[in-house]
Amino acid sequence: MWMLENAFIIPLIPAISFVLILVFGKKSVGADRVHLIGITALSLVWILSVVAAFQWTQRIENPPEDAIVHLEDKGHGDESHSDDSPGDESHSDDSHEDESHGDDSHSAPAGGGSGGSDGTLAAVEEGKDKGHSLLVTPVISTFSQWWSNGGMDFAVGTHVDGQTVLLLVIVATISLLVHIYSTEYVKGDRRYVHYFGFLSLFTAAMLFFVMAQNIIQLVVGWELVGVCSFALIGHWWEERPNTDAALKAFLTNRVGDVGLLVGMIILWGTFKTFDIDAINSAIAADPGAYHFPLLMTAICLMAAVASKSGQFPLHTWLPDAMAGPTPVSALIHAATMVVAGVYMIARLYPVFYEGFSIGTSSINLMAFIGGFTALMGAGLAFAQWDIKKVLAYSTVSQLGYMVMALGVGAWTAAMFHLFTHAMFKACLFLGAGSVSHAAHHTFDMRKMGGLKKYMPHTYWTFVISTLALAGVFPFAGFWSKDEILLGALKGQENGYPLMLFFGCAVALMTAAYMTRVIWYTFHGEYRGHGHPHESPKVMTVPLWILAGMAVVAGAFNLPGPVLEPFGLEGLAHRIQTYAEPQIYLNTNALHIIHPDPSLGMALVGLALALTGIAVTYLYFWKGLGPHGLTERNRYAKAGYTFLENKYYLDHLYTGVVVGSIKGPIATATNWVNQNMIDKVVNTAGETARDSGRWVYKWIDQGAIDGSVNAVASGADASGEGLRVIQSGKVQNYGQLLFGAAAVLAIVFVIVI
Amino acid sequence: MVAQNIAFGIIAAIVGISALRMVTTRNIVHAALYLVAVLGGLGALYILLTAEFVATTQVLVYIGAVMVLFLFGIMLTRAPLGNTAALTGPSWPIGAAVAVMLAGVTVYALIDAFGDDRLTEGGPLYKTEQVSDSIFSTYIVPFEAVSVLLLAALIGAIVLARKD
Amino acid sequence: MLLNQFLILGAVLFAIGVYGVLARRNGVMVLMSIELMLNAVNINLVAFGVQHGVVSGQVFAVFIIAVAAAEVGVGLAIILLLYRNRTSIDVDDFDLMQG
Repeated sequence: MWMLENAFIIPLIPAISFVLILVFGKKSVGADRVHLIGITALSLVWILSVVAAFQWTQRIENPPEDAIVHLEDKGHGDESHSDDSPGDESHSDDSHEDESHGDDSHSAPAGGGSGGSDGTLAAVEEGKDKGHSLLVTPVISTFSQWWSNGGMDFAVGTHVDGQTVLLLVIVATISLLVHIYSTEYVKGDRRYVHYFGFLSLFTAAMLFFVMAQNIIQLVVGWELVGVCSFALIGHWWEERPNTDAALKAFLTNRVGDVGLLVGMIILWGTFKTFDIDAINSAIAADPGAYHFPLLMTAICLMAAVASKSGQFPLHTWLPDAMAGPTPVSALIHAATMVVAGVYMIARLYPVFYEGFSIGTSSINLMAFIGGFTALMGAGLAFAQWDIKKVLAYSTVSQLGYMVMALGVGAWTAAMFHLFTHAMFKACLFLGAGSVSHAAHHTFDMRKMGGLKKYMPHTYWTFVISTLALAGVFPFAGFWSKDEILLGALKGQENGYPLMLFFGCAVALMTAAYMTRVIWYTFHGEYRGHGHPHESPKVMTVPLWILAGMAVVAGAFNLPGPVLEPFGLEGLAHRIQTYAEPQIYLNTNALHIIHPDPSLGMALVGLALALTGIAVTYLYFWKGLGPHGLTERNRYAKAGYTFLENKYYLDHLYTGVVVGSIKGPIATATNWVNQNMIDKVVNTAGETARDSGRWVYKWIDQGAIDGSVNAVASGADASGEGLRVIQSGKVQNYGQLLFGAAAVLAIVFVIVI
Repeated sequence: MVAQNIAFGIIAAIVGISALRMVTTRNIVHAALYLVAVLGGLGALYILLTAEFVATTQVLVYIGAVMVLFLFGIMLTRAPLGNTAALTGPSWPIGAAVAVMLAGVTVYALIDAFGDDRLTEGGPLYKTEQVSDSIFSTYIVPFEAVSVLLLAALIGAIVLARKD
Repeated sequence: MLLNQFLILGAVLFAIGVYGVLARRNGVMVLMSIELMLNAVNINLVAFGVQHGVVSGQVFAVFIIAVAAAEVGVGLAIILLLYRNRTSIDVDDFDLMQG
């Protein structure tokens, strides 16, 4: 379990690689070979991630004593209640509450008695029979207090559980393959070093994000991946559209980040802690007590998810983000960064489950946004001529699927779909990059065509991934999409018919537009100007690896009935077993229901996919159907224009929202500032100056100087007056003298 | 007694009038001569008071030497002889007022103090021998001092007035 | 004879002398008026000497005469100097100390 406890190494390695590439890259290995540092680091990360995944599965299979939490079941197997040994009964709900945080492994009172204390998987099953659930806790390592002041403290640490490990593997795999692919794709680029540096930084940030122990680390990772996305989209910033796209991405994310921060603050205000484990546990123990704050939090966090994971209405940045290099699009905007929102929902799932009352199967905000996004994105994908834009809208649509899955309570379905989607979408993007690399650096499908014979590897991997995306048996997408539709069908207590309708419609549309892409790109006659050729091995090998994953990834969460004929039932629902955080989602109070697999639903899904492919095939290959309808028919044309302008959402945001602020509000604010605020300040200044002048003139010069001058002039005048006495003539002096003497004498003689 | 009073009255009148004329005349030589008359009258009064040595000294010194000096001074300073511009300054009323006040207060004080005191008649008669005895015995120091004073005055006058 | 006769005479002479000092323009005249004042004092002295029957009155009168003579000498010397410097012995002309 060493890797689980020291999982912080995993993001540390790409961070070091980032620094090394940027600072020492040119000098040490040369500017055109810095990819060696990146690939080395990522290989190491991949190995460690796989080790971590392996160790986690070991932990689930053989949980150590201090990692088990006993829980008395209320729902399952209550007929075996009477079989409980008395000793175990005492360890019921309250054992779950005194989880403490702090140093290394998470500890909880271990179970005594006979119920499952030898800790094998069989014992878990046995415990279930006996009416207990044995839940394994995540590995939480805290390294140090980050902040401890004012009644608020949070630490730096890692929180490793099945979900973390799943994403670690995904991020490491895709990142490594993208690194290898990029060596050829951006060869000779003007900023080769920066490119690889930022790829490493992004990987480090994403890995840091997935193992965040508390909300603060979550937010840090969230923002950091946003920054890396901005830097990488604007990689060729010399062309203005690229910087505009990068800014649009960053600023739209910023709008959502307000929701993120407000939501986090509400969480802290409610639970007085930043720890994710503490929050989830507190909710899982007593969900009803926190319903209202959790509702508020969930709404705010939905805004963040809408921006980061491209949900309606903040999805507008994702298609424009295609201005970045294609490997970047594959890594960030298909497989990893955009799933950060979905990951956050999954991580803090008790918040959403309780906040949106998912268990009661009234339509909630999350499911609706997810479903609507899925539908809307799929609609837009039909109106694009740029391959990458089609794939971008497809990503928007699939992310909507994932959010919808979470909205109907199908946690595992969403994570499973995230896993499979990362694989085949990355393959599709890299395939598109390969196409453009070979076909004169264009992404416009109107300038392509008939590339099948020039680039077979690209073509076949593209087709495999398309089938996976459409959801055709036995590729990965079939299984994950089926789980989602099942979740919408069965729901928690009742089904979600509206979501089911959305899901089915989108499945149909997905198959259709992807087939359209294949037709325009690979079939027909070549309409471009370049000399198409197959891409080098360094680009096609990652394509085959990802296509291989697209084929087999479904095996990770197969439903039980499929494996029964082969006797491999124990391998059913691996992701559910290993990744789903039972400790939060399977308690007495908060209880996710896993619907039983339905063959009917699977067949319906398959039928929809095949129908979509067939219809498109007929439309394009055979030329059937209403070609040119949008030219002839007014309504069709209007509908097409509406789609082409992306539902006029961009116009709304830029023109109306921003324009109204820039125009009247800014002018008004300026007026207030100039005329009112400045006036106050100026008046104060003028008053001070005038009063100063008045004081100077009247008091300083007038009164004070005047009095001093008056004294002086008085002295002067009196002196002038008295000067007359001094005539210089002796006789006058004598007169005065004798006169005074005479007067004195008179006074003395007569008076005295 | 009566004769003395009459004599006194005549002499006092001469002295008084001469003094008045001295300070009011326009002619400076006349003023000097009037002063001579005053001095002479005063000498006569000294005789009346049986102070013969003083009288003699008065005539000899004052009239004989001092007046001559005055006349020399008048001559040497080219004082305008004859009736010329006023010898009295512009601010003479103040002087007159002062003099009158002074005279008034002293006369009043004298009358008030000495009223009807008579001069002793049977008093000792001091002739010149007694005066000189007194000078050279009791008042020898003042005598010597006056000698030195005269010497100093003599030298001083010479020094001041010499032409160089 | 009344004592007061002599004393009043002395007082009057003194007052006349004061007037002369204060009102005459010629310097020599001023000196002459000073002599008048001195003589008035002499009369007083002698009268009092006779009144008290002592010889001191006469003795002092003699001293005063001597001093007066000395003073006249020096005074006239000063007047002569003044005349040499200014060619005028009008006391109104010597107002250099005016201020």
